[in-house]
Amino acid sequence: MESTALKPQFSEAAKAEIERICKQYPDDRRKSAMLPVLHIAQAEFGGWVSPEVQDLVADVLGIKPIEVYEVSSFYTMFNLKPVGKHVLEICRTGPCMLRGSDELTAHLERITGAKVGGPASEDGLFTLKEVECLAACGFAPIVQVREQYYEQLDTPEAVDAMLAELRNQVHRPALPWEENGLPNALANN
Amino acid sequence: MGRKLLTEHINVEGIHTLDVYRKHGGYRSVEKALKTMTPDEVVEEVKKSGLRGRGGAGFPTGLKWSFLAKPEGVPRYLVCNADESEPGTFKDRQLMSKLPHLLIEGMITGSYALGANTSYIYIRGELLYVLRILEKAIAEAYAAGFLGKNILGSGYDLDLYVHPGGGAYICGEETALLESLEGKRGNPRNKPPFPAVQGLYARPTVVNNVESIAAVPVIVNEGGDEYAKIGVGKSTGTKLFSACGHLNKPGIYEIELGLPVEEFIYSDEYCGGIWKGRDLKAVVAGGSSVPILPKELILKTATGEDRLMTYESLSDGGFVTGTMLGSGGFIAMDETTNIVRNTWNFSRFYHHESCGQCSPCREGTGWLEKVLHRLVHGHGQMQDIDLLVSVAKQIEGNTICPLGEAAAWPVAAAVRHFRDEFEWHVTHPQEATKPGAIFPGKLVTA
Repeated sequence: MESTALKPQFSEAAKAEIERICKQYPDDRRKSAMLPVLHIAQAEFGGWVSPEVQDLVADVLGIKPIEVYEVSSFYTMFNLKPVGKHVLEICRTGPCMLRGSDELTAHLERITGAKVGGPASEDGLFTLKEVECLAACGFAPIVQVREQYYEQLDTPEAVDAMLAELRNQVHRPALPWEENGLPNALANN
Repeated sequence: MGRKLLTEHINVEGIHTLDVYRKHGGYRSVEKALKTMTPDEVVEEVKKSGLRGRGGAGFPTGLKWSFLAKPEGVPRYLVCNADESEPGTFKDRQLMSKLPHLLIEGMITGSYALGANTSYIYIRGELLYVLRILEKAIAEAYAAGFLGKNILGSGYDLDLYVHPGGGAYICGEETALLESLEGKRGNPRNKPPFPAVQGLYARPTVVNNVESIAAVPVIVNEGGDEYAKIGVGKSTGTKLFSACGHLNKPGIYEIELGLPVEEFIYSDEYCGGIWKGRDLKAVVAGGSSVPILPKELILKTATGEDRLMTYESLSDGGFVTGTMLGSGGFIAMDETTNIVRNTWNFSRFYHHESCGQCSPCREGTGWLEKVLHRLVHGHGQMQDIDLLVSVAKQIEGNTICPLGEAAAWPVAAAVRHFRDEFEWHVTHPQEATKPGAIFPGKLVTA
């Protein structure tokens, strides 16, 4: 018999938000809500979307799991492996490189102990991920953490301030449909 | 100082709220259009304005609107392309986060002109925080009766929604965007059929850039002819430029089209010159996809005319000595910049962002990145330089969407104008690969 004990479930608040979003599209086009629902799923389940979470998304949208897998693997924002409490997305594209993104990446690797593309830092706090242009080139170099942009990270002081702020975040910031932010999931990798 | 048609009030305290936005003349175009104009009259004003698509292609917006198929009983859509991802471009993010009601006003007036009753703003997923700002502003607009049923008693209904992407440059291509809005991978569609006939959910659809839609209110308020008086020739109105790279004052500047490039770079009113007292080496004037130009050719055309910030002047000389206005992503590079490394960085970007559908792009962008990588790291050979040009040529024109060209053009232009710097990486690999190495040769080969 299939076990249901480990199946992830959306919170009531998230379920209501998903239904609000699905109403934005024609009734027979519920699949349109794929990307917004994947974003909600990633925020609900510790910053990444496991195969089980993707199956849940398929359930909620009334589509086949493969339709979710092929999308989640196409778009770079969805993390398909467990991550640390904070995923630091470092822009590496030309305009940021001209203003020191390579140095920023090396600096972040040194102080967090994590490596770009590798597992989270040993304390489980930080995952480093290089991303392409974040459309904030005039404020380079840039790091995005969830919905927050940290700009002009061209001094050690600016980087320290960002990391201090993140270290103090016990919960991730609340999303509009939530009363409180969820606890940041601890890395289990 | 030029007129600012879009951003005049961008720094007004509270301008993101409906009340303050209204106090500064906001939503007048909705009242004017819905109460005193027919939809076709609105389209006519946009045609007269000469407004050209601000996302990069520069196609006349009014003409695009007039192509929209209008079969009886079939819904049609206006979709705003807010998937701003072209390296060097960051104007739409600023515009939407600071002036959300300007975009919403343009969406309402534009949707009315096109006869759309449901419209979407497709915003790149990284900008979820801007989506929250837009959704708050949309809720205010519903409460004030500018959205929903029977807007301002006109009998016109409109629902407006914001839809996030998931991180994919290709979704800025309009048919990839529509696929993505349908919940699929962002694979561009074969054309025809064009979106004007079969777009979102196979229904007639217009896709416009944020800045194009944000220009609609002023065009409706002041009239297309008035708008067209600003600018030079077929480059009418104002344009937002995203200035970045090695400038003293990077940022967003709204300029009247026709401003000399030299004034834009060096005047304190705009970018304030090159940082650290250095000399300018090169500029990518319209986002990473357009050809790079060395200092001499970005300031003056090959015939010695002042280069102006217009569609025509920037493309003067074709790709031999000119470039394109593109999205207005203006990337300045100082004399210490390693052009080969920068070209490799952009090639890595296109390889990463290729959707993989067309072999010339999927494989070609990979080859460009690989060959540039070995040149940057001192393992290149002289024939690699021509190999780059050859690969670029084989991508161009052989793909479903323009990402192929966007990947090929910057490489071809870099080799064209900075060939001796590429050769230096082959002849002096140890010197060229040292951290902070600066090409000692003359700056310009054109």
